[in-house]
Amino acid sequence: MSIEQREARQPWILLAPALTAIGLLLIVPLMFIVVYSFWLKSAAGADTPGFFLDNWTEALTDRFYRDILLNTLKIAAITTIACAVLGYPAAYFISRSRGNKMILLLLLMLPFWISYIIRTMSWINILGVSGALNSAMIYIGIIDEPVQMLYNQTTVILGLVHFLLPFMVLNIFVSLDGIDTNLEDAASSLGATRWQGFLQVTLPLSLPGLAAGGLLCFVLAAGTYVTPVILGGPRDAMFANLVYEAIIRQLNWPLGSALSLLLLIVLGVLVLIYNRYLGMAQLAKGLG
Amino acid sequence: MGWRLIRTYTILVYLFMFLPIVVVVLLSFNANQFGSFPMTGLSTRWFEALWNNDAILRAFRTSIVLGLMTATISTVLGVLASLALVRYQIPGRNLITTLLIAPILVPEVVLAVALLLFLNFLNIGKSFTLLLAGHVIFTLPFVILVVQARLVSIRRDVEEAALSLGASPMQTFFAVTLPLLMPAVAAGGLFAFTISFDDITGTLFWKPGGIETVPTQIFSMLRNSISPEINALGTVIIVLTVGLPLIGVAVARILATRSGA
Repeated sequence: MSIEQREARQPWILLAPALTAIGLLLIVPLMFIVVYSFWLKSAAGADTPGFFLDNWTEALTDRFYRDILLNTLKIAAITTIACAVLGYPAAYFISRSRGNKMILLLLLMLPFWISYIIRTMSWINILGVSGALNSAMIYIGIIDEPVQMLYNQTTVILGLVHFLLPFMVLNIFVSLDGIDTNLEDAASSLGATRWQGFLQVTLPLSLPGLAAGGLLCFVLAAGTYVTPVILGGPRDAMFANLVYEAIIRQLNWPLGSALSLLLLIVLGVLVLIYNRYLGMAQLAKGLG
Repeated sequence: MGWRLIRTYTILVYLFMFLPIVVVVLLSFNANQFGSFPMTGLSTRWFEALWNNDAILRAFRTSIVLGLMTATISTVLGVLASLALVRYQIPGRNLITTLLIAPILVPEVVLAVALLLFLNFLNIGKSFTLLLAGHVIFTLPFVILVVQARLVSIRRDVEEAALSLGASPMQTFFAVTLPLLMPAVAAGGLFAFTISFDDITGTLFWKPGGIETVPTQIFSMLRNSISPEINALGTVIIVLTVGLPLIGVAVARILATRSGA
């Protein structure tokens, strides 16, 4: 073997372990559940291989599944918008502050490191019947009896916003930090007010970060399993809860496969649209 | 108006992020036997209860072993792959990068279902190994992103100098590249450990009966009600998860200054 041939092989040897892992543990299993989603659940336990459309028909036409899918997308959309509204001004403040930007950013990222389940359940301490908010309101005298504020769609969204906000802030910050502040000064020297300068110069330039943060928030929110279980009521199940029910509780693997692929397809279309206009490099920037 | 308004708004956002965490810590010292307000006094009894709770201690051991193994495997795979992606001209680089960071974009439930059913089909049932494999797939993209970002900024010249002085590629890697890369390796490993330690959705699908990690243990405890013991556990985790990355950042800084980067 010539030296050139050996040189050309080297990167593939380095990549082999990671690609094998992704291939065997992600790509092949995904192709496998595509096939599995066309199998038929049989009562005996062993599923019947073949090409049946029953699971897909059920997943696509059953109103129950459709309502939960739409509800999941709605929750994800509201969460994303709330994260943007809360996150943008904060990211702007951090990126333009004269103090130590990195400390401010690190401080806001700290909750990101704190356990997701702890942060989710911590809202019970605040909104529960004997939680901080009820206790405070009774103490002040606004109410006489504790109010049930937990276990509804709003608390699910609240928990998700608390979980995902750091992702949004980080992405917007990375974008804003890369914008030359002279541009804003130039705008104002040409007669624009600060607000006009922001709307016409800074905001458009920071849109890629906003979009990357938005995509991450939306995809992560739409795939959530735990938050609705802890903070939602019996009627606030999201799509991942359906998948868990089908796979773990009912052991209906073909239907569970079809349902999880449906979620993957819906979110995949979003990722593809994003990739078409902004590219994956932007996403990598905010994650790294 | 402008700036002051934005500052107030930002302070409120910080409050929103930190208030629930502060309340957890506060309630974990509650003397009351219910994890609720009004607090009746300060006590460390819930931390003692925690220390004597075998199920929680077992979950801690499982999570730490799982996290360490995940971090080790992900970091090795991630460093090798990053070297190939940054240091060589290879066809289809973008496709390979997308493939390697795909697990971030595939919803966790989907990934969990796919891996579980596939391994079940191969007659490999739920086990610690399945849990480990799944965690490696989750964490690998983050390691690759962190290591790649650092590797791009390490100049090729230093490696070429070593090679031209007669060092083998292996020697060059261990004597030159790896020390310069160490901060990113440490950060990537820590990232992988934290993500693994915190993961719950995938873990719920993959864990065999009888094995609990810290998050799944808390999850099953929450089914009853929120007890002061959970708040105490929360406090311990908050101290560990905030403390560990901070120590990690400090260590990375020290390593970076020593290696002169």
